[in-house]
Amino acid sequence: MSQEYILEMTDIVKTFPGVQALKGVQLKVRPGTVHTLMGENGAGKSTLMKCLIGIHPPTSGKIVFDGKEVQFKTTKEALESGISMIHQELSPVPERSVAENLWLGRAPLKYGVVVDHKKMREDSIALFEKLGLDVDPDAKMGDLTVAKMQMVEIAKAVSYNSKIVVMDEPTSSLTESEVEHLFRIIAELKAKNVAIIYISHKMDEIFRISDDISVFRDGEFIATDRAENLNVDKLIQLMVGREVTAMFPKVDCPIGDTILKVEHLAAGRAVKDVSFELHRGEILGFAGLVGAGRTETAEAIFGMRRITGGKIYKDGVELHIKSPEEAIANKIGLLTEDRRGNGIFGLLSIKDNTCMANMKAYGLPLSEKRMREDTEEYIKKLNTKTPSIETPIKNLSGGNQQKVLVGRWLLTNPDILIVDEPTRGIDVGAKSEIHALITKLAGEGKAIILISSELPEVMGMSDRIVVMHEGTMTGLVERKDFSSELILKYATSEEPYQPAGGNA
Amino acid sequence: MKKSFDLKKFLSQNSIWLVLIVMVAGVSIARPMFLSANNIETLMTAESVKGVLAFGVMWAILSKGIDLSPGSVVALVSVVCASLAQDSDAVNRLLGEGEPMAAGLIVLIGIGIGIIVGFTQGAIIAYTKIPAFIATLGGQLICRALSKMYSTQPVSKLTDSFRFFGKGKVGPIPVIVIVFLCLFAINAFLMTKTRFGKNIFAIGGNEQAARVAGINVEKNLIMVYVWCATMAAIGGILLAGRTGSADPSTYGLNYELDGIAAATVGGTSHSGGICRVSGVFCGILIMGVINNGLVMLSVDDNMTNVIKGIIIIAAVAFDMRKNAKRA
Repeated sequence: MSQEYILEMTDIVKTFPGVQALKGVQLKVRPGTVHTLMGENGAGKSTLMKCLIGIHPPTSGKIVFDGKEVQFKTTKEALESGISMIHQELSPVPERSVAENLWLGRAPLKYGVVVDHKKMREDSIALFEKLGLDVDPDAKMGDLTVAKMQMVEIAKAVSYNSKIVVMDEPTSSLTESEVEHLFRIIAELKAKNVAIIYISHKMDEIFRISDDISVFRDGEFIATDRAENLNVDKLIQLMVGREVTAMFPKVDCPIGDTILKVEHLAAGRAVKDVSFELHRGEILGFAGLVGAGRTETAEAIFGMRRITGGKIYKDGVELHIKSPEEAIANKIGLLTEDRRGNGIFGLLSIKDNTCMANMKAYGLPLSEKRMREDTEEYIKKLNTKTPSIETPIKNLSGGNQQKVLVGRWLLTNPDILIVDEPTRGIDVGAKSEIHALITKLAGEGKAIILISSELPEVMGMSDRIVVMHEGTMTGLVERKDFSSELILKYATSEEPYQPAGGNA
Repeated sequence: MKKSFDLKKFLSQNSIWLVLIVMVAGVSIARPMFLSANNIETLMTAESVKGVLAFGVMWAILSKGIDLSPGSVVALVSVVCASLAQDSDAVNRLLGEGEPMAAGLIVLIGIGIGIIVGFTQGAIIAYTKIPAFIATLGGQLICRALSKMYSTQPVSKLTDSFRFFGKGKVGPIPVIVIVFLCLFAINAFLMTKTRFGKNIFAIGGNEQAARVAGINVEKNLIMVYVWCATMAAIGGILLAGRTGSADPSTYGLNYELDGIAAATVGGTSHSGGICRVSGVFCGILIMGVINNGLVMLSVDDNMTNVIKGIIIIAAVAFDMRKNAKRA
């Protein structure tokens, strides 16, 4: 029996504590096709795939795979049934050989106990030959390029006789020729009647390889159509398709002198070319898709990442910041994106967390009284909810932790405050409070850089928006020209931004 | 309501003291002699050197590292200082004919050796990211070897002025105990009342966040290991003074393990970011009661070590449960 769809997911709902990530979405994949999932960050594409392969089993909904209803609880089950996923971040065992990685957990055995290395090696070579891959099975996995590792992952998928291979942003770290090679392999897989579910943000490659395209937005299914019926503009419209709500209290305040000037900033592979000017009283938004290099740009300015090119001036003086310590001394603050990873000190009190970047101000011995006063001042100003200032910060909710961190930076009295995803993962109430606060700070003459993956947020709050794509600045949009379509167009464009003056 | 909450917190933070009190009560009921002034002096004098080491090594643990070199630093510093403090009429004087150096100068040299060792280890750990365990294991071997190379035999017959720190008394109280208590106070001040202390809590708790908050992680880590080795150097000076000699092959042997044990029993977390100097002080006393009390109870040496081992593991298991509950 040949069914029309190899995979039918219907009414998939996935709830995480406090968030409904998927609100009853569907996906129908035809065998032997490339089916691309599109949507902004947070639209639910990756979550849907995780529901499929058993990383996060769905809260409710129906999955029919190859004519049978399935409900995978582990990725192993999914893999053995014929669905494999190539993750964006590969997780090989770097110290072992390619062959061992390929047959990890299912190595062929001799006499039932000893690993049969000879057979393992031969099987690997046969598999690579079948796929036209040039990989040495004896090479150490960690020595391979990302592209080769990906090829091994694909070979692994094939070895399981997968009927569906999910690829999450597979080209994000590949060179052009490697991408070509990947596309050839995809074509071969298609010829073997394998369906590919492809997640990507890159318009040109999507239109090159897709047969079908499904669009998601805010955890909802929007549309599925054949690729030939769509074009870039239509797709962007489907992806955005919502109005910017009035949640973001942008108050116009006078824009002052230039305080920060960044010229052709580069930092390794992540940041290639970024130039902008930031003024007192201005909120400069940074928009872009995952991997656009916005966070890395902030880290470069703040001294967390080595700058490999370009110049940074503050108040007309060139800066050579090599560490956050120097950045703070130059009155720059960075509220990082990764609150747990490099924001809070979980075990330490609210007081210590608040005062940590400002310890120089408390003398020797540290003035307990002034630390207490400062902490209480900012708890009050930011409306932080905490039992006491001695409470360990890990006991607070995400929103309140974020407020403590905002307080930490305000205490250093920065001229420039960079906020990276300031409202990610915090509740709606705290979110609007943080928005109001950012606006207020700009009103006080501080210069703000706001990095956000939420388009409504960055469009609601900013005076201007810098748009980036893969480390390169591709657009600079004035508030009067803000539109999701324009920003998304720049965010997926490969063309570097050319200022009107043309002085590049 | 608020008061009872504080009491509970106080008890949970200081539960280690209850353990100490129970142990002291138990031993002194069985052997009333245990609480005599004489025995307490013996106990404190015996524990002071290891206690000083514990005050150093707790910093390394707080920063999420470890220091395995203090025992060997004790050996190196005690041998070098002893050689400089040898009486001119000592038999086989290590440095040949000559007068002993002024005691104050010897102390400075001893501390200087500690600073050099600590700086080297700290710089290696901070800049090469070699695990502290490995870097200080190397330091341990090298320092022990250096002290044996410096002198192949024990160095004895030291001047009274040098021995003052280890053997002297102010009124009824041994100087060595006074030094120990002073270092307790200094370390407590450093840990809770200075930027350095806050920085180390931050680095041990979340190194990345510490960096973002403008803390110079490398500089502070170097200072931790300098401080730790300085404590060990002071320990070496005290030990040489107390015993009036220095043996390069046995002095300070395994002392770092007792120091680590005391710091650990005292609630210093090996996952970094948690340490209370008063807790470590209590940990030192607990180790002291075990060492001294079990001798009084005529428990044999091997059994003493078995009990020590059990107590260390139990303390950590208890502490981890406490912290897991708080998370």
